[in-house]
Amino acid sequence: MHPIASGGGPAERGTLPPPGPTPPIDRIAVEERAAALGKRSIKKATKVAGLKLAISMMDLTTLEGADSPGKVRALCQKARTPEPGDESIPSCAAVCVYPTLVPVAKKALEGSRVRVASVATAFPSGLSPLSVKLEDTRRAVELGADEIDMVIDRGAFLSGQYQRVADEIAQVKEACGEAHLKVILETGEIGSYDNVRRASDLAMHAGTDFIKTSTGKIQPAATPPVTLVMLEAIRDFYYATGRRIGMKPAGGIRTAKQALHYLVLVKETLGDAWLTPDLFRLGASTLLNDVLMQLKKEASGAYQGPDYFSKD
Amino acid sequence: MSERRKTGAERRRPGADLEPGSEPADPLARLAVKKTWKMYVGGAFVRSESGRYLVTADGVDNYPWASRKDGRDAVTAAQAAQKGWAGKTAYNRGQILYRLGEVMEGRRAELALSLERAGESQPEREVDAAIDRAISFAGWSDKYQSLFASSNPVAGPHFGFSVTDPMGVVVIAAPDRPALLGLVGSICPVIVSGNVAVVVVSEVDPITPLILAECLATSDLPGGVVNLLTGKRAEVLPHLAKHMGVRALDLWDLTGDDAVKLEVAAADNVKRVTRRSLELEAWYDETRGGSPGNIERFLETKTVWHPMGA
Repeated sequence: MHPIASGGGPAERGTLPPPGPTPPIDRIAVEERAAALGKRSIKKATKVAGLKLAISMMDLTTLEGADSPGKVRALCQKARTPEPGDESIPSCAAVCVYPTLVPVAKKALEGSRVRVASVATAFPSGLSPLSVKLEDTRRAVELGADEIDMVIDRGAFLSGQYQRVADEIAQVKEACGEAHLKVILETGEIGSYDNVRRASDLAMHAGTDFIKTSTGKIQPAATPPVTLVMLEAIRDFYYATGRRIGMKPAGGIRTAKQALHYLVLVKETLGDAWLTPDLFRLGASTLLNDVLMQLKKEASGAYQGPDYFSKD
Repeated sequence: MSERRKTGAERRRPGADLEPGSEPADPLARLAVKKTWKMYVGGAFVRSESGRYLVTADGVDNYPWASRKDGRDAVTAAQAAQKGWAGKTAYNRGQILYRLGEVMEGRRAELALSLERAGESQPEREVDAAIDRAISFAGWSDKYQSLFASSNPVAGPHFGFSVTDPMGVVVIAAPDRPALLGLVGSICPVIVSGNVAVVVVSEVDPITPLILAECLATSDLPGGVVNLLTGKRAEVLPHLAKHMGVRALDLWDLTGDDAVKLEVAAADNVKRVTRRSLELEAWYDETRGGSPGNIERFLETKTVWHPMGA
């Protein structure tokens, strides 16, 4: 039991019941079920519909030290019109950048429905004083970010300071104001599925809008079993509180086939209600081109080569 | 066919006891272990993703029946290998092709036996020629540039250089005969310059190419540089001809409508298509089957102007 801090938090936090004991996760069963759901064969019209849905849920991401305004503008253009000349292909859900590049992205995306997400709270390690993290978040929101992707302090989590992790999430949520908050658990660093489940419960009870697997800087990043554990946490949280929390696997999702696998996991665990960009996102940088190649293949009948698609 | 089964080579072949209709001579004799023939894709030996098999003409061996998805997988593997292979020094590519010759030398008997089974009348001669061909193209690796690149006289104070670049993924439809020499003689000139190859091998003798695959796999050749597919050419080639990631088609002994259809499909991204045929003896000829002109067919020429004195 890890009761959430009493008092001092945002109003909605007070309305939530404290998290119950984290249910134990059956590693073998989770991995088998996640793998089984990836074996479904999705073809033709269904595949096209699934891939278009995946594009509309994509957070096109660039989080490199070498990011420049030019690169971010190019990425934004791609997020607006992934395949120029083909209007049946939707725009992406969001562009995800570092805070200083938020104004560039905001300007480049003016007039479109693509949102701007920014990482904050001393991404990717999260090892800065809380005041710095809160300031980081507030500045990113001021600069125009619609969504904030925060990282939890894995050191604190692993040393059992769950209370501190939950408090930080709650305070960052408060600092976000109107912006949506996604909490990155960095599942590659917190070890077991039990820990993933515990961190998911912790984040949801602390008031996050989304839980997200990874920063993309650590391997392994998103995997189907980890995603399944988190989706089941979201389902149980929904049954307990009636609140719908979003899910974002990120990192290591490179192929159209993987993207469809994640959509199947969501559909089978949470149902159609979650198959919307408001509640499910795919964080990726190289995935979009592979999805576009598959769509073009379905339309033309010819397998596609990477030379005919813009480089990210 | 039944006549061929009675050759000495047939009786020596492992697994001969398993042939239908023949009784094991000694009931206590060890059962021969039969090999599962697999295609060579991305440096691994794989079955067809479709799970399908074909049976050799003599009814003894099963071999994979490639689907279009196997073709796509092979191109993907080749694309992944291309940069690394082209990035190796010419000298190193030569060393690796030379080692292919060395490994084939160690498997002379097996290769010859397989050719004999397929009905080749002079199997040893063909194996020797195939090994020599690999060694010969290995030698060309750091020499063909001197033939095909040039310093061009230009009107003005500039240097003009034409240098050669590999094209990328080349699809080879290997000739039926000579099964081994034709295969080595079509693969080596393609890859020696840094290209990568997806080879749809002969339908007449698919087993010898799969033995060659084992030689390729043990000769330090990076996985994916050569990919061998077995099955029905008419099923796989049209999809490879349309594939936008393929740069060239090297079609041996294909004629008529089939070849024309492939050329039309290849036109979408302006692939280079060569349709060729050599008589059997010409393959043994160093100036024809072994000609460095076979390397030049799959090179791009890049011409650069450079100001003098700068």
